[in-house]
Amino acid sequence: MTPTVPPSATPTTSADVTVAAPPLPVTPAGADRSPDLSAPVRAARAAGTAGAVPAASRRRGRLMLGLAGLAVLLLAVSLLAIAVGARQVGLGVILDALRHQQPGNSDHEVVINRIPRLFAGLLVGVALGLSGTIMQAVTRNPLADPGLLGVNGGAAFAVVCAISLGGITSALGYVWFAFAGALAVAVLVYAIGAVGGGGATPVKLALAGAAVQAAMLSATTAVLLTDTATFDQFRFWSVGSLAGRRPELVAELAPFVAVAALPALCSGRLLNALALGDEVARGLGQRVGVARAGVAGLAVVLCATATSIAGPIWFIGLLAPHLARPFTGPDHRWILPYAALIAPILLLASDVLGRVIARPGELQVGVVLAFLGGPFLIALVRRQRMAEL
Amino acid sequence: MSTSSMSTSAATVRPGPAPASGDMSAAARARSAAELDAAARAAVVRARRVRDARQVGVILTLAALCFCVLCVSLSLGEVKIPVLDVVRTLIGADEGGDGYIVTSIRLPRALTGVLAGAAFGMSGAIFQALLRNPLASPDVIGITDGASAAAVIAIVGFGLGGYPVSVVAFVGALVTATIMYLLAWRRGVTGYRLVLIGIAVGAMLSSVISYVMTISKVYEARQALGWLTGSLNAKSWDTVRPLGLALAVLVPLVLLSGRRLAVLRAGDDVARALGVTVERSRLALLLLGVALTAVATAAVGPVAFVAFTSGPIARRLVVDGEAAILPAALVGALVMTTSDLIGQHAIPSIDFPVGVVTAIIGAPYLLWLLAATNRTGRGG
Repeated sequence: MTPTVPPSATPTTSADVTVAAPPLPVTPAGADRSPDLSAPVRAARAAGTAGAVPAASRRRGRLMLGLAGLAVLLLAVSLLAIAVGARQVGLGVILDALRHQQPGNSDHEVVINRIPRLFAGLLVGVALGLSGTIMQAVTRNPLADPGLLGVNGGAAFAVVCAISLGGITSALGYVWFAFAGALAVAVLVYAIGAVGGGGATPVKLALAGAAVQAAMLSATTAVLLTDTATFDQFRFWSVGSLAGRRPELVAELAPFVAVAALPALCSGRLLNALALGDEVARGLGQRVGVARAGVAGLAVVLCATATSIAGPIWFIGLLAPHLARPFTGPDHRWILPYAALIAPILLLASDVLGRVIARPGELQVGVVLAFLGGPFLIALVRRQRMAEL
Repeated sequence: MSTSSMSTSAATVRPGPAPASGDMSAAARARSAAELDAAARAAVVRARRVRDARQVGVILTLAALCFCVLCVSLSLGEVKIPVLDVVRTLIGADEGGDGYIVTSIRLPRALTGVLAGAAFGMSGAIFQALLRNPLASPDVIGITDGASAAAVIAIVGFGLGGYPVSVVAFVGALVTATIMYLLAWRRGVTGYRLVLIGIAVGAMLSSVISYVMTISKVYEARQALGWLTGSLNAKSWDTVRPLGLALAVLVPLVLLSGRRLAVLRAGDDVARALGVTVERSRLALLLLGVALTAVATAAVGPVAFVAFTSGPIARRLVVDGEAAILPAALVGALVMTTSDLIGQHAIPSIDFPVGVVTAIIGAPYLLWLLAATNRTGRGG
């Protein structure tokens, strides 16, 4: 049962593999309609089957090295995230504070206070990176992103209802509403986008997402207009930020990310099978419906958790897998860990950037990411020939 | 919706005689071809007559409905004025004391609603026809976001209000649309690219709005939120005059270019074959659509879903589908005035802005429409 492992694929199945492997950056979204573009992949697969075991293991070594490099980078960015701020802290002080904190030392206080924010960033990053990758694989759509698919809008509306109607004021309280809202909207958008011939094409999904987002936004506004106190709370949530996240909130939500991230990380083989298209996946012995619902559920839990910690954050789920693929190729067993490391690096770096460029205040990470991700999406749309309207 | 198929079939039937089978004599072939030709012509003429009659009927009905809602909304309020008196005042026959309330207080508000609704409806119909997607209205693809971001910055950042905000919003919409068009340009502009780039630009702009909201005082932010919802409150003749003037210029242009729109709906290749300069016509129509959106948004704020819903409703009503611009305008006006009527009077103690009502009506319709268009395979 090794459905889609590239090296072991025989030439006959490799044709199918190339036909449907969608998320290669050079491959158009309607990949199943233009198999010729993925010729390099086919060539690579053919080389793999030719018995070049050393090449495969060298490749694996290179990928492992890449992962290690990313981990080091993540560590560096994490230290930067603790060091940079309204008050700069040196590396020596950070290490000192982590080893034995002195209660009276104000530098140590600063370090300790920045740690929850760091952990929030790590959790949100990992969650969004994984959920973006899964959504792109499951929808076979290079544009899938929790934000673009309207999930954020659903979570936002639910949070507003929780604050305004339920009188819930703590983030711990409205987490569950964010969850429910995100889940409901994700199902709705996908159901709408997938109705009709051709399944969930990029344009159908993007429009369904944007339209549902608009609907949710209007509903949210309707509630906010009548309730200024809720609006005052909501406007800081809705921008997407890591500032002032309390340790209890992070501690409460960390288990969700952990529980969902582990199976998500291991779902690479399943995603590879699903990426081949329903028929092929079924032929390879997958129970397509169950498998898709399972991984999509993981993705929604991850992105709902992230949204309830940091508020709606756009584009990072879109960016991370796209940045991973030039290194990893289309194999999801590698894309997942890469995206899980790249996303927190991006998130923490954007957070630091937002703190640096808007001194003495800060630009929220959601805004920074929108301005990094928006141009990226535009470039992606301009470069690829996607299914015509 | 048989829209594009109808216009293409009409186009293909008209020019040439129908092909006849090979083994007939020349005379018989010519006669049967002539008969077929005549039959086809007759069918087309008949279909056109039915269509035109239906179109006129729909337009008259919608206009009458609009007028009725208008009169009702003029008669309701703190002071109840009988509908007959309202009508008498409108045609200038009433000199009574209630005339002042109607003409100076309620009429500007109602007229603003009619005009802005018509503008939204027309621009939605233009965009949906041009981009050949029933969901691609200016509020979904980010043009209204440009107006909103500019207006929010003006309100919060510079403390502006009233007329200057409208000007800023107008400019914001135009600039955003220009940027989107340029970004989508790559040896021509295709609908899907414009849609996706519009969504990306819209996402960036809405993050700007969120950010500006967080750095402002809650009072100013609340004011900005009010503008973002869109409202007809406190509209006077000073709003109606520029709005009416702009529409007086734009509407004739739009109606003149309606034929080109119908051809463009059939697809670029068909349009080119029929002798339409595709890229230039598309640019001109996009400009008109953007101008209409910008004018209406500047006047009343980005009222949700009016542009979005008017086109599909209108096309459904006229059955045939030219882009149905005039019916879409009337539907827009009707939706706007009815929503405002509901918002003002449905719950006596609360005065909901019109944008809230259109959203509550529009959102479920949108969801239904999304599912329906995807089912018939026209969602993209």
